[in-house]
Amino acid sequence: MLNFVLKRLLHMIPLLVGVSLLTFLLMSLSPGDYFTALSQNPQISPETIARLKAQFHLDRPWYVQYFFWVKNVLSGDLGYSMAYKIPATSLILARLWNTFLLSFFALILAWAVAIPLGISAAVRKNSWVDHACSLIAFAGLSIPDILLALLALWFAAATGWFPVGGAASPIHDLMSPGEQFWDYVKHLILPAIVLAAADLAGIMRQMRGNLLDTLRAEYVVAARARGLSPRWVIYKHALRNAINPLLTIFGYSLAGLLSGAFIVENIMAWPGLGRLTMEAFFQKDSYVVVDCVVMATGLLVVGNFVADLLLAWSDPRIRLK
Amino acid sequence: MDTATPQPAVEALPPLSPGQIFWRRLRSRKIAMIGGVLLIGLYVLAILAGFVSPYDYVRQDHARFFHPPIWPEVSGFHLVVPRYEHLSGDCVYRRVADDTRPLHFFVHGDAYRLLGLVPLSVHLFGTGDDAYPIYLLGTDQFGRDILSRLLYGSEISLSIGIVGIVISFVLGLLIGGISGYFGGMTDNVIMRWCELIMSVPTLYMVIALRNTFPASISSAQVYGIIIIIYSFIRWAGMARVIRGMTLSLCEQPFVLAARAMGQSHLKIIVRHILPNTFSYVIVAATLSVPYYILGEVDLSYLGVGIQEPSASWGLMLNAAQNTEYLKNYPWLLAPGVAIFITVLAFNFLGDGLRDAADTKA
Repeated sequence: MLNFVLKRLLHMIPLLVGVSLLTFLLMSLSPGDYFTALSQNPQISPETIARLKAQFHLDRPWYVQYFFWVKNVLSGDLGYSMAYKIPATSLILARLWNTFLLSFFALILAWAVAIPLGISAAVRKNSWVDHACSLIAFAGLSIPDILLALLALWFAAATGWFPVGGAASPIHDLMSPGEQFWDYVKHLILPAIVLAAADLAGIMRQMRGNLLDTLRAEYVVAARARGLSPRWVIYKHALRNAINPLLTIFGYSLAGLLSGAFIVENIMAWPGLGRLTMEAFFQKDSYVVVDCVVMATGLLVVGNFVADLLLAWSDPRIRLK
Repeated sequence: MDTATPQPAVEALPPLSPGQIFWRRLRSRKIAMIGGVLLIGLYVLAILAGFVSPYDYVRQDHARFFHPPIWPEVSGFHLVVPRYEHLSGDCVYRRVADDTRPLHFFVHGDAYRLLGLVPLSVHLFGTGDDAYPIYLLGTDQFGRDILSRLLYGSEISLSIGIVGIVISFVLGLLIGGISGYFGGMTDNVIMRWCELIMSVPTLYMVIALRNTFPASISSAQVYGIIIIIYSFIRWAGMARVIRGMTLSLCEQPFVLAARAMGQSHLKIIVRHILPNTFSYVIVAATLSVPYYILGEVDLSYLGVGIQEPSASWGLMLNAAQNTEYLKNYPWLLAPGVAIFITVLAFNFLGDGLRDAADTKA
């Protein structure tokens, strides 16, 4: 098992190096940078700009910049945000945490709803439950994240039950710890529901398909023939085997989730990585864009790693291979 | 000895071709047919956008910002359009009683070019009187007819997916085929590259790629850029699947035979291997079109896609971002409903195609 974990961990390194290299290359191809706007400003002398560029190595070719960037990242420094005028590390870590929080809760919500629905649809195939579930699945797969998020905003604005946008109230710092927690939850709940709803349909369909496949398997027939109760056969024999392929789509669903979070963050003003990426994009804050892309990839890669571990834990064939 | 063989009672039907079997299986799936018919309707509407839409997509009605939908009413044997008057204050309108104009079909209106070629000014319906406008879906923040913009926007949304999948699938098929056929180092390099692209969450990759182009460019250029960006990302997943299929097809006798006959590598890949993946490819293509439609919507919504005054579904939704607008003028969400219907139709059809192509079931 330790061997397996180490191998997977080593596998992550070339991927992150590749992604950061690619993003750096793309950034260097970008027309104009943060200083293009600054140089229009008559109050800032060309010497100042040249000095600033030299300070952040922005006057060097992109691969030299990349080298400096890697050196800094390895010592825990993600560079400097030109637009925010603060070190990028604190900025990005705060946003990364918010994106993680949003995605994590959406993930739990989606799986907690999708798995029971998928099971009941498979067990009662062709019943009204099954038809209702497939209707929900079609709608869920087809409804754009944007529309769902806008409907949620409209709901929040019309009822006033939920705050519109942000991760905390303006008076958050004045609250007691209990109120602060409740404040977070209230802000998190709508974006998480929107994100989960978009993710739910795929998992539910997969669960239903897997369980239907295993219910046809011979060992299930054998267990039934031995006189075990249907309930026991479904939950102890079939379900246990139907879960494995689902763990492999966990990584896939995570990729969709992070991309969905990007759009939900931007619509519902959730201060996460996606929103920061757009802010940095518009201000040509290139280091921050690179950092965001690499961080989001890192989140996905770590998520896939966790999925692999879960799979290896639940299916011995994989860790022995 | 009796030589007469017993005649079969019923003459055997000629065997069906695989295409006919596929068509029969597809036709028996109601949902797929609903999706197909919906799509045909949507594409016809997009092609005839100028004719069906009552107004031009940039035409502004300065007297009617955020006007609620106006629907024709039945009066005797005619359809009539009521008149609304502007009350003082924030875009509040009131119906004027007993003041209507009949609705006409094939009326003269704003000039447009059908299919971008034929200059016309005939519209399917309208009142022909500017004081009695017909806004079936209301107007937006600039007093433009939402239905007209929706129809013109569908030209972008519905074509972008088709062009996009053609490019990314040709790339994916060729590269995946080459990767699986040659194996070894080629395969290794291509697959690592695919993994790299696929390991970045889509929208982050899209923004990183979008950054390599100037921020403010014409809508036609953005259209091309969106296709390039999404094709660049989506060929990777396709190539991986095609590579897997090619690997198993390479073991088949017909590929060995083609090799033994000395055919070129490219010809074996394109003529013998890739056609065997087509049943998968058609299903995957149908289910992929929505990604391009949603891709345009996402980018235009975020403000880095199609720009004003062009009409695009994502851009139109951007107006609904304002919570005050959303609360008071919910008809701004109409493009969202249009996206939903389009994507749903593609999913219906794709699902039916998959079932029909799956001969094992």
